[in-house]
Amino acid sequence: MKCLVTGGNVKVLGKAVHSLSRIGDELYLEPLEDGLSLRTVNSSRSAYACFLFAPLFFQQYQAATSGQEALRCKILMKSFLAVFRSLATVEKTVEKCCISLNGRSSCLVVQLHCKYGVRKTHNLSFQDCESLQAVFDPALCPHVLRAPARVLGEAVLPFPPALAEVTLGIGCGRRVILRSYQEEEADSTVKAMVTEMSIGEEDFQQLQAQEGVAITFCLKEFRGLLSFAESANLSLSVHFDAPGRPAIFAVKDSLLDGHFVLATLSESDLHSPALCSPELHRLAPPLQAHSTPHLDDFASDDIDSYMIAMETTADSEGSRAVPSIPLSPGLRPPCSPGPFSEDHEAEPSTEPGTPPPKKFRSLFFGSILAPVHSPPGPSPVLAEDSEGEG
Amino acid sequence: MKFRAKIVDAACLNHFTRVSTMIAKLAKTCTLRISPEKLNFVLSDRVASGGENFFSEFQMEGISAENNAIYLDLTAENLSRALKTAQNARALKIKLTNKHFPCLTVSIELLSVSSSSRVVTHDIPVKVIPRKLWKDLQEPTIPDSDVSIYLPVLKTMKSIVEKMKNISNHLIMEANLSGELNLKIETELVCITTHFKDLGNPPPASEDASQERPPEQMAEVHVDIRKLLQFLAGQQVNPTRAVCNLVSNKIVHFDLLHEDVSLQYFIPALS
Repeated sequence: MKCLVTGGNVKVLGKAVHSLSRIGDELYLEPLEDGLSLRTVNSSRSAYACFLFAPLFFQQYQAATSGQEALRCKILMKSFLAVFRSLATVEKTVEKCCISLNGRSSCLVVQLHCKYGVRKTHNLSFQDCESLQAVFDPALCPHVLRAPARVLGEAVLPFPPALAEVTLGIGCGRRVILRSYQEEEADSTVKAMVTEMSIGEEDFQQLQAQEGVAITFCLKEFRGLLSFAESANLSLSVHFDAPGRPAIFAVKDSLLDGHFVLATLSESDLHSPALCSPELHRLAPPLQAHSTPHLDDFASDDIDSYMIAMETTADSEGSRAVPSIPLSPGLRPPCSPGPFSEDHEAEPSTEPGTPPPKKFRSLFFGSILAPVHSPPGPSPVLAEDSEGEG
Repeated sequence: MKFRAKIVDAACLNHFTRVSTMIAKLAKTCTLRISPEKLNFVLSDRVASGGENFFSEFQMEGISAENNAIYLDLTAENLSRALKTAQNARALKIKLTNKHFPCLTVSIELLSVSSSSRVVTHDIPVKVIPRKLWKDLQEPTIPDSDVSIYLPVLKTMKSIVEKMKNISNHLIMEANLSGELNLKIETELVCITTHFKDLGNPPPASEDASQERPPEQMAEVHVDIRKLLQFLAGQQVNPTRAVCNLVSNKIVHFDLLHEDVSLQYFIPALS
């Protein structure tokens, strides 16, 4: 494989790597027919990110030397990020970036041709790996919203940088609501501040969702894609389904596309009140879990064949598989725990015997989880402003 | 118990934000005292700050007609953070609400390029303070001071005190009625004194007091340097008026006026 990136695209590539570094610790590099793909997944398998750079993005793009199979590799995110550590420096000094991988060498070579004849060569050791695949299809998500990255950037501004999760949904009057999500804590003596941002429909290029739908996902991971989209001045689209099913965040332009697939909190774990304030909309119906009639079918399937494990691929061609199976089921227990059943937790509980307060399911990797016993949370209380005794 | 207020003027909003940021720098939790005419921030009965003319609308109803006030405890940083998002706000509303727990809801309407406005709402959890604890949070009585003097530029004072902090925690503040203020630290190895001259003294409260005291005589108070520094660090803008009142060996009282916000800060003497 050999690719040559020149000019402003070097910074774009660097920015993409920065975004990916917010998600996982290992970068999967795969040269494909339709471009160079950079993918990563987080340790708990609840977030997957991938960027695909079309051949036109490069001044020179050679996926595989003739006669040889395209090579794939997995490198430490830290090492690759170090090449593009300071984006400001990259922008100012780097004229060309050449990434090459040949079967004989044991290193991925990244060479930066900088100003004044300076050439920086990075030899990054890699591991052979199988293709990292994720099962997702934006077209299958019933709800979509799309806005310029700037609008979404401004929308997340009021939230503290440390905030872990946020709920995104449609409120009354077709307004898009972003609300900080707080976990219920056992000793909730010190309550946290709740921030809510409400944006009118007009700020969105596309809004295809009914009032009352909402999903809760990790804001920190989302910020990774958002900062990329803002710097590239692209529109960001969010494709989502019922709570518990993964949400797909996508950016696209003629030379690249990026997808971040993040797990969302399932219905049973949601503690936040409904998004419609009862002042205007008395008793907005709590979010209904969509019954998944095909759930039983999957449960009885052979777990092994259903699983799309991390390191194996059925299709060795390597093109990103457009899955024929729809988004995996997941939220409703009981599912028979199979040999691969694992609890993928965003934050593993340290106390044995206490079920963790929430679980992000790694649905799109097809893992089947053991039945969850969520702690009996309070029934969703609708926010009511009472000016009575405080 | 009810409280509702609104700010529409950008300058007032800015000012209110600055006051809350200053409070956030001074203490972690603060108490809000809401009375019919004004809003006071109280910090562990050492500081009280009053602000009146920020609000275009102000409605409140205390616990009862006789005790027409509301006392709320909140994390100062929350209020400061909430107000920071009001940089380009069209209007700001604050009201006391009960959403699962008592909150001060700050609702900010932002200017937006498109026709629709954007609204940011912050629910700051508060704790209502029962009436029996109100007496600890009253405005402190200002004691008769031995010496009253105008302060030098606070930024200068802050940089000097910051350097002194590295040497000793024990600072001696002394001033006299001739406009001289000294900041001293004394250790085994070294003594450092910074002299400020020609500061001027505010006119005395009563005639007798000024005549009794010789102008050269210094009134001195030993204080913890960290408390002084905490106060100085919170001052981002130079106040309209800054007076320091010293009661020998008892207390240092800072009386600042930022346009229409008054800030009183008391530092007791080290025993």
